[in-house]
Amino acid sequence: MTAAPESVTTTDDASDASAVPDTTRTSLLRFATAGSVDDGKSTLVGRLLHDTKSILADAYEAVERVSRERGSEEVDLALLTDGLRAEREQGITIDVAYRYFSTPRRTFILADCPGHVQYTRNTVTGASTADALVVLIDARYGVVEQTKRHLAVAALLRVPHVIVAVNKIDLLDYAQGPYRSIAQHVQSHAESLGLPNVITVPVSALNGDNVATRSESTPWYEGPTVLEILETVPSIDQGADEFAAAHRHGVAHPTAADAEAAASGWRFPVQLVLRPQDAAVAEEFREYRGYAGQVAEGTVRVGDEVVVQPSGKRTTVAGIDTATGPLEAAHTGQSVAIRLADEIDIARGDLLSSAEDATSASKKFHAHVAWLTDRPLRVRDRVLVQHGSATVQAMVASIDGILDISLPGGTLDSSIKPGHELLLNDIGVVTLQLAQPLAVEDYGKHRRTGAFCLVDPQDGNTLAAGTARAHVPGTGEDTYVSI
Amino acid sequence: MTDQTTAPARLSTLDSLEAEGIHIIREAVGTARKPVLLFSGGKDSVVVLHLATKAFWPGKVPFELLHVDTGHNFDEVLEFRDRTVERLGLRLQVAKVQDYIDDGRLRERPDGTRNPLQTVPLLDGIAEHKYDVVFGGARRDEEKARAKERVVSLRDEFGAWDPRNQRPELWNLYNPRHLPGQHVRVFPLSNWTELDVWRYIERENIELPSLYYAHERDVFQRDGMWLTPHHSVRVRDTDQIVKRTVRYRTVGDASCTGAVESPAITVSDVIAEVASTRITERGATRADDRLSEAAMEDRKKEGYF
Repeated sequence: MTAAPESVTTTDDASDASAVPDTTRTSLLRFATAGSVDDGKSTLVGRLLHDTKSILADAYEAVERVSRERGSEEVDLALLTDGLRAEREQGITIDVAYRYFSTPRRTFILADCPGHVQYTRNTVTGASTADALVVLIDARYGVVEQTKRHLAVAALLRVPHVIVAVNKIDLLDYAQGPYRSIAQHVQSHAESLGLPNVITVPVSALNGDNVATRSESTPWYEGPTVLEILETVPSIDQGADEFAAAHRHGVAHPTAADAEAAASGWRFPVQLVLRPQDAAVAEEFREYRGYAGQVAEGTVRVGDEVVVQPSGKRTTVAGIDTATGPLEAAHTGQSVAIRLADEIDIARGDLLSSAEDATSASKKFHAHVAWLTDRPLRVRDRVLVQHGSATVQAMVASIDGILDISLPGGTLDSSIKPGHELLLNDIGVVTLQLAQPLAVEDYGKHRRTGAFCLVDPQDGNTLAAGTARAHVPGTGEDTYVSI
Repeated sequence: MTDQTTAPARLSTLDSLEAEGIHIIREAVGTARKPVLLFSGGKDSVVVLHLATKAFWPGKVPFELLHVDTGHNFDEVLEFRDRTVERLGLRLQVAKVQDYIDDGRLRERPDGTRNPLQTVPLLDGIAEHKYDVVFGGARRDEEKARAKERVVSLRDEFGAWDPRNQRPELWNLYNPRHLPGQHVRVFPLSNWTELDVWRYIERENIELPSLYYAHERDVFQRDGMWLTPHHSVRVRDTDQIVKRTVRYRTVGDASCTGAVESPAITVSDVIAEVASTRITERGATRADDRLSEAAMEDRKKEGYF
């Protein structure tokens, strides 16, 4: 062994402090990529990592070495995202891989969703936490069935921003015509799906055109690069939903103030009741009673009127606590403890909500369900519904249809074909009957409180991703909204 | 049009990661019968413990700590471990690799490295104490096998991880359900990078073992790493012992954890160094990950952290 021990070496621009992202100030964006290997997705991801200088020397050298071993003269950036040995052996990607990179403006969590096997399962998983989804299209083939499926998933999960990267434009000699017609096709399809914020970008991941740097080969394109879009769009934590609401209310380019004004109420699922008693860190907290959770949506303020679900009881916010001191207000995404003015029986799984737009709990609701497991879902099947921190027993009351994305010009509602069971990768419309009432809301309006999973009551496996549409109109507490 | 990324002024990256980590810890404890945190005194487990103190404030952390002691640990780290447990009023369980070697259940490896030997005492400890939720400080950016790990990861009766058969993890709805004999590993720092961890240590003023900062030490080079003379390392006649100013980027088994030459004596020095470093954390300092390209993948399948 003759190699000298590693000392920590620095890159050329290391002395430039501005190149070091200050994560105490910059914000976080979670995004997912969808597309197949053939679309050049791995190359695009490799290009983003490479051009943002996120590749460390030993990782890059390993890729250089493997590229050489495979007889390639150029460094194959797709290898940067190479995963498990099982995947390399089979030449496929079997699961969502998470990658991390940053620029001086923002830090990114990338959920890299493989396109081949179990593509709906992977895309749904990646898109469920995404502030933005990057969909890859091969410019030679345009919008294909998988593109439509990815856009349908984005619409179903209400991903706030969709970026369609029309890739391999180098193979079409950077011609404007084919890109324009694909972009038009994407936009009309997105419109029918009700996807508001779809941006198309002509790129060559291989050569780096319009990925992180503007291309000189596309003088006809004046829009932003993929990275510029990712660096500037608001995340959910930064009010993406409020910006979208302002947009829906007719403000073309909403400002932060417009977004604040468009914000509706707040939601706070209770994870734990904090009653330290003998385990208090100090004597003064022995009798403390607070409700621990993460703000799912909106801004909670001390003094706000509260409705507790499913009991429907009312009180007010007496205090908002953190280990480092009390707060006057807590925003979407913050983990805090809330104290209430009145002693009410509240347990893990209950939902605190602002009073002015409070929902009610229901024992029956309609939902879209993305079925992610091998065995089929049938009517009368017993499942568990996991919603926020609550889990209740449920039964499939009916299967009302299956989404057929091949129907031309279809919306999510009109593209439903009849069906009596859901198979792996199907997206269906179902009605669920619950054993206990849950405050499930319309996912279209309330992302966190509209989302749920189905779980197998026997082996505990996760079966499906669900987005609630509406309660079933019926009698009494069951009625609160119609679609 | 205003700059939408800065307004409305809300959460920074660190704020978001902290809130997510606290949410994960609370969620796992909300469903657990008997949770435990794997605590080595290393920076990642220290940060998880710090998040836990915030998650349950004004109550104490409501679970035990478990340390798998290779017998090759640095004294400074053990001392730090015990002091931390004492300060927070917690209970520590220690599973000792040395006990297994003494009674013949495990055999010393030819290369003297004990990191791979931790798996059996770890799994026995989990079974003996009937832990059902096991917190760890692993991060997805450490290694490519980890990049596919779930936040809540199911382990079978043998502690094994099956990368092809993982549950989809949707929104922030974590599924910790498991059958008797199985358990789940929970990784609250899944989405943190090494730089995030250091930024957080700086922001929260979190104490770490002194090994993480530059100090003068007797070292010799082996396999391209600086090792330190320690009762766990056989120093050969040919090894040239020299004094260097070094620090450790990870603190584990002294026989396979290398130091890096570094002048970084403060947290902000370390941050500047980490931000500009060109060698990944494990690649630079962990001999056991160099065994093969899929070394970590193999150990994880066998039930390793």
